[in-house]
Amino acid sequence: MSAKKMCSVCKEKPATVFLTNISADEKAQKLDLCDDCAKAKGLDTNLAMFPFADTMLGLGASQEIESAGGGVEIRCVKCGFTQADFKKSGRLGCSECYTTFAEGLGGLLKTMHKGTRHVGKAPEALRESRDTAERVKALQKKLVKAIDDENFELAAELRDEINRLTPRRTAKSA
Amino acid sequence: MQIHSFLSPPAETARRHGPNDRIVMSSRVRLARNIRDFAFPGWAKKPERVRVLDAIRPAVESLPEMADAFSEAMDNLAALDKQILVERHLISREHAAKTAGSGLVLNREETFCVMINEEDHLRMQALRPGLQLRQAWNAIDALDTALEKKLDYAFSNELGYLTACPTNLGTGIRVSAMLHLPGLVLAEHINPIIQSVNKLGLAVRGLYGEGTEALGNVFQVSNQMTLGENETTIVERLEKVLSQIIEHEENARQTLMEQKPKVVYNHIGRAYGTLANAHSITSKETMNFLSLLRLGVDMGVFPGTERSLVDELFLTTQPAHLQRKLSDKLSAEERDILRADMLRESLKNVSRPLIKKIEPRELDKPTDS
Repeated sequence: MSAKKMCSVCKEKPATVFLTNISADEKAQKLDLCDDCAKAKGLDTNLAMFPFADTMLGLGASQEIESAGGGVEIRCVKCGFTQADFKKSGRLGCSECYTTFAEGLGGLLKTMHKGTRHVGKAPEALRESRDTAERVKALQKKLVKAIDDENFELAAELRDEINRLTPRRTAKSA
Repeated sequence: MQIHSFLSPPAETARRHGPNDRIVMSSRVRLARNIRDFAFPGWAKKPERVRVLDAIRPAVESLPEMADAFSEAMDNLAALDKQILVERHLISREHAAKTAGSGLVLNREETFCVMINEEDHLRMQALRPGLQLRQAWNAIDALDTALEKKLDYAFSNELGYLTACPTNLGTGIRVSAMLHLPGLVLAEHINPIIQSVNKLGLAVRGLYGEGTEALGNVFQVSNQMTLGENETTIVERLEKVLSQIIEHEENARQTLMEQKPKVVYNHIGRAYGTLANAHSITSKETMNFLSLLRLGVDMGVFPGTERSLVDELFLTTQPAHLQRKLSDKLSAEERDILRADMLRESLKNVSRPLIKKIEPRELDKPTDS
């Protein structure tokens, strides 16, 4: 590792802002600044921060995630990742972030992929529970319809079947 | 063991043959996986990354496919070794930049390469010469199935395999092939082809993946969407598109020879002239000329010369491979001289391009399979 670059203005603090100015005759002028000197020179380091998420995932990606919070900063309880971090990197912090930022991600996934629901391989251990979950979902739909149709006999049957499937599922996912 | 002595010599890798390898240089299928309850590598602190590496590495090493594998932490590899792995397309440039907490497991045959803590905890790839996407998918699918019994993957019924970047979500699959398309480039048909491939939701990139230029007329075609479609559908779409690109490339070569043989001969002749006689040559220039030499071999203007010689030079003239031959650190200028020396030596038995006056059609026949 090379030694830390010092600020070329005050020569006291380590440089954190590396400015390259390319003039009209294509000569590059380099300036290394510390935080304080950068601010003194009117360079807002926060503004200069590049919304990487936008370049990675398309324009508006970071905005979508941000507005999903309704102006409030959402933070992943599991890993501490925030929308601002997503804006910077275009990556998420942990698998739990997909639940934390679900609202903002929804639209993004739609523009990015063929669908918003996974189709394809699943770990074998989870395959059974996935099938059960899907069956329960389908049964619940039927149940709602049965109740609407006042077909209570069928509704009772469906309810029993859902009950039979559900406790087993929760036991498995525990 | 040192990676140097583990990797097969370039002359050997250049001789790996596969279907359609006249145009398709290699096929690859990569899966992204993460471990439940650990932060993704880009967000995890070093101790957490090390814990993940320590959990994943033995699991990968224990797979029967990985008997006699090369397994190493990235911080134990020298910069030059990492660069050599990049030039061999075994690891990404991003992975080469990793240090503590990242690792690599590569099997003896160099058909499986697993990157640990790249952008995701696991990036496992199956590699095959020529056009063998289905074989590569089947191979990596089996490896993944074996590994899921040892590791607790982050998976959701709704979103599939959970990845650091939402672009890889779902199947976590990237199916790609490396194509040599000098005919389409010379005929100036490459841009419309790229555009129509893009429209099908596929990406076209340069030689070293994302953000790199198509040196040596080599292009990588891969799927972009990973959610909402299953793996087989993705593999099949790629296969279909690739077979069309192959056809376009063959047609472009044939048309060029019929309509503009002088242009083609001029390119090939100049490439040969420079490669066989230069005393200083950059790696970029080398790649572009070697591409034309390869085209010449395909068209039969270098009888007795095999394509594998060109493919070997594609590898050995790259900066890290060149540097490896010497103990002293070379400057770029010194490397250019050394590269030219090596090229002159390697091509001294390749005779000047043979230009037949007869029907140009005759020249389209390849000399080898």
